[in-house]
Amino acid sequence: MLKIENLQASIDDKSILKGLNLEVKAGEVHAIMGPNGAGKSTLANIIAGKDDYEVTNGTIELNGEDISELAPEERAHNGVFLSFQYPVEIPGVSVTNFIKTAINETRKAKGLEDMPAKDMLKKIREKSELLEIDRKFLGRSLNEGFSGGEKKRNEIFQMAMLEPKLAILDETDSGLDIDALRIVANGVNKLKSKDNAVIVITHYQRLLEYIVPDFVHVLHDGKIVKTGDASLALELEAKGYDWIKELA
Amino acid sequence: MELKDKLLSSYVAFENRVDTNSDVHEIRSEALQNFEDLGFPSKKLEAWKYTSLNSVLKQDYSLFPNKENAIELADVKKYFIHDIDAYKLVFIDGKYSSFLSETTHDTFDVCLMSAALSKPKYKVVIENYFNKIAKKDNLTSLNTAFANEGAYIYIPKNVEVEKPIQIINFTTGSEVATLLQPRNLIVVEQNAHVQIIERHQSLTSNPVLTNSVTEVFAAKDATVDIYKIQNDDENASLVDNSYVEQKSNSIVSVHTFSFGGNITRNNLNFYQRGEYIDSILKGITILDGKQHVDHHTLVHHIEPNCESHQDYKGIYDARSTGVFNGKVIVDKEAQKTNAYQKNNNVLMSDKATINAKPQLEIFADDVKCSHGCTIGQLDDDALFYMQQRGIPKKEGKALLMFAFANTVLESVKIPEVKQRIASIIAKKLNVKIGFDL
Repeated sequence: MLKIENLQASIDDKSILKGLNLEVKAGEVHAIMGPNGAGKSTLANIIAGKDDYEVTNGTIELNGEDISELAPEERAHNGVFLSFQYPVEIPGVSVTNFIKTAINETRKAKGLEDMPAKDMLKKIREKSELLEIDRKFLGRSLNEGFSGGEKKRNEIFQMAMLEPKLAILDETDSGLDIDALRIVANGVNKLKSKDNAVIVITHYQRLLEYIVPDFVHVLHDGKIVKTGDASLALELEAKGYDWIKELA
Repeated sequence: MELKDKLLSSYVAFENRVDTNSDVHEIRSEALQNFEDLGFPSKKLEAWKYTSLNSVLKQDYSLFPNKENAIELADVKKYFIHDIDAYKLVFIDGKYSSFLSETTHDTFDVCLMSAALSKPKYKVVIENYFNKIAKKDNLTSLNTAFANEGAYIYIPKNVEVEKPIQIINFTTGSEVATLLQPRNLIVVEQNAHVQIIERHQSLTSNPVLTNSVTEVFAAKDATVDIYKIQNDDENASLVDNSYVEQKSNSIVSVHTFSFGGNITRNNLNFYQRGEYIDSILKGITILDGKQHVDHHTLVHHIEPNCESHQDYKGIYDARSTGVFNGKVIVDKEAQKTNAYQKNNNVLMSDKATINAKPQLEIFADDVKCSHGCTIGQLDDDALFYMQQRGIPKKEGKALLMFAFANTVLESVKIPEVKQRIASIIAKKLNVKIGFDL
C-alpha cells in the first residue's frame, strides 16, 4: 500500500528526515514511536502533502504510484487520511456541512455525482453512532470550542465518513481521557479491514493497548532505528527512549 | 469646464423642468448655494482622507440625459431578484421606466419622487419628511439641489407589505459618461413593515457616477429591512448617502453588499429618536483589481435603552482598497445603550489595503459599547486541513471566505436575496457552490 524509500526532508534548511524507509501493506497496523523532535509529525505531514517541507530525496509510493508531487487534496482523493494532532478550528462551517463538502469533492474528483442527501444522512447517522457523537455536536462549527477529546473524536468520525485506504493517526491519544480513548480506538478497530492500513503515531504505549499494531517502529533523528512487534512498545514504555538514542 | 462649474451653470436648465414655485424648490436653491460654497470633497477633509473622487470627477458627464432609452426585460432580468414577486421601481438613465416597473397606490404608495413632489396628495408627507434628516454636507447638498426623481415609498400605520420592493437604477451608456442623482424617500408609519432591495447597474463600460440620497423614517414599532446590492461595472462609481431616523421600538436593518464598481462610498447614518430602538448595520465587501470601497457609518444614540449592531466583513484581493470608519455617538441622556461594532478584514494580497477606524464618542456613563477590528490573512493551516479532507485549495479558500462572511449573510431575511448574494460571492470567488453553510 505505502512504500517510502530513502525519504529525506527539511524545513527552512534544517534537515528533519534523513533517509527514512517504511513499507506498510494492506491490512496492517503500524505504530511509529519516538522521542519528541524525532520527526514523527513531519513524516505524517509529508505523506499528507503539506508544502512547508522540502523533500530533498527519496520516494513515497501509494499503491505503486509516486504521490510525492501530488497536491494534498489529490492524495486525499487517493485514499490518504491524516488525523491531525491539532485539528484546525473553522468557525462558520458546521461539522455536517464540512464532511458533506469533503465527501462530495472527493466524489467529484472521481467523476461521481454528489452523494444523495438520503444516503449522506444515513451514513452520518451510522458513523456518529459508532463514535458516540451527539447529533447536536454535528451542527456546531467545526472544532470551534471543542474540547481536546471532542476534536479527536471528530477526526475519527471524519475518517469513518471518508473511508480512507491509508489512515495516519498523529498523536490521536493526546488529550483523550480513558473513556474517549476507548471509543476512538473502538471506532478505528471497526473501520479496519484487509483492504486498508493504519499508521499510529504516538509517544506513549497507552493507545496501542487498544489498537494493537502488527509492527512498531522507533523513529529517532529522522530515521527508523528499530522495528519490532507490539512488545517493543511495552519495552519503550518501561525503558524510555534513552537507550534508543544510544543505538543510533 | 470643471464638473462643479458645469453643474452650477446647468441649474437654469434644471429649473425649466421643475416647479420653481414650491417649498421644495426653496430647499433645492439653498442646497445649491451650499454646494457652491463647499464644492466637491477633497482628501483634505478628514472624512475623505482615504477616498479621492478626483479621477471620477474628471469625466465629462452628461447631467440630464434626455433620450428615452428603452431596454429589454430579457437583457436585464438577471439584475432583479426575479424568482420572487416584488414591487419594482426601475429607472433608466435617471428616467422612470413604467414598462419595467410595478408600482402601487392600493393601501400604500410605491411610486415616483417626481410625482410625490408635484402632486397635492403627497404635500403633507413631503412637508414633514423631505430633506429633514439629510445632512447639509457637500454631496448631499448637491443631490438635494437637483432632487427630482427617485423612489417614493409611504407605508401607513399597521400595514405589513408582503412583497419586497426593488429599486433599480440602470444606466445604458448611451452617453459618454452619465451623472445620476437619485433621491429616495421612505416613510414607514407606526407598526408598519417593509423590505427594500436597492441596486445600481450600469449596462456598458461607459463611466457612471451616481450620487444618491435616501431618507428613511421608521415610526414607532416599525420594521424596515434594506438590502443594498453594489455589484456594478468597473467604471461605475457610487456615493450612497443614506439617513435613517428611528422612533421608539422600531427595528431598522441595512445590509450593504459591495462587490463591484470602481469607487464606492457609503455614508450610512442612523439617528435614534426614541427608546428601545434597534439599529442593524451589516456589510460584506469583496474586492479585487483596483476597486475601492469606503464605508462611513454613524449611529447616533440620542435616547436611553437602545441598541445598535454593526458587523462589517471585508475581503480584499489584488490592489483593492477598503475603508471602514464606524462612528458611534452616545449622548449623555442615552443611558443603558448597547452599541456593538465589529469590523473584520482579510487581505488576500500584499498589495491590498484596508484602513479601519472605529470612533466612539460616549457621553453617558451607564452603557455597553464594544468595538472589534481585525485584519488578517486566510489561515494556511485551515486550508491544508481542508485539502487533506479532499477539498481543493480554491474551493477551500471559498469555503473559508463564505464562513467568514456568513455572520452577515445569515441575517438576510429574504431567502432569495441570500441565495443571490451567495451566488454573486461564488462567482466572484470563481467557484461553484458545492456547499451550504
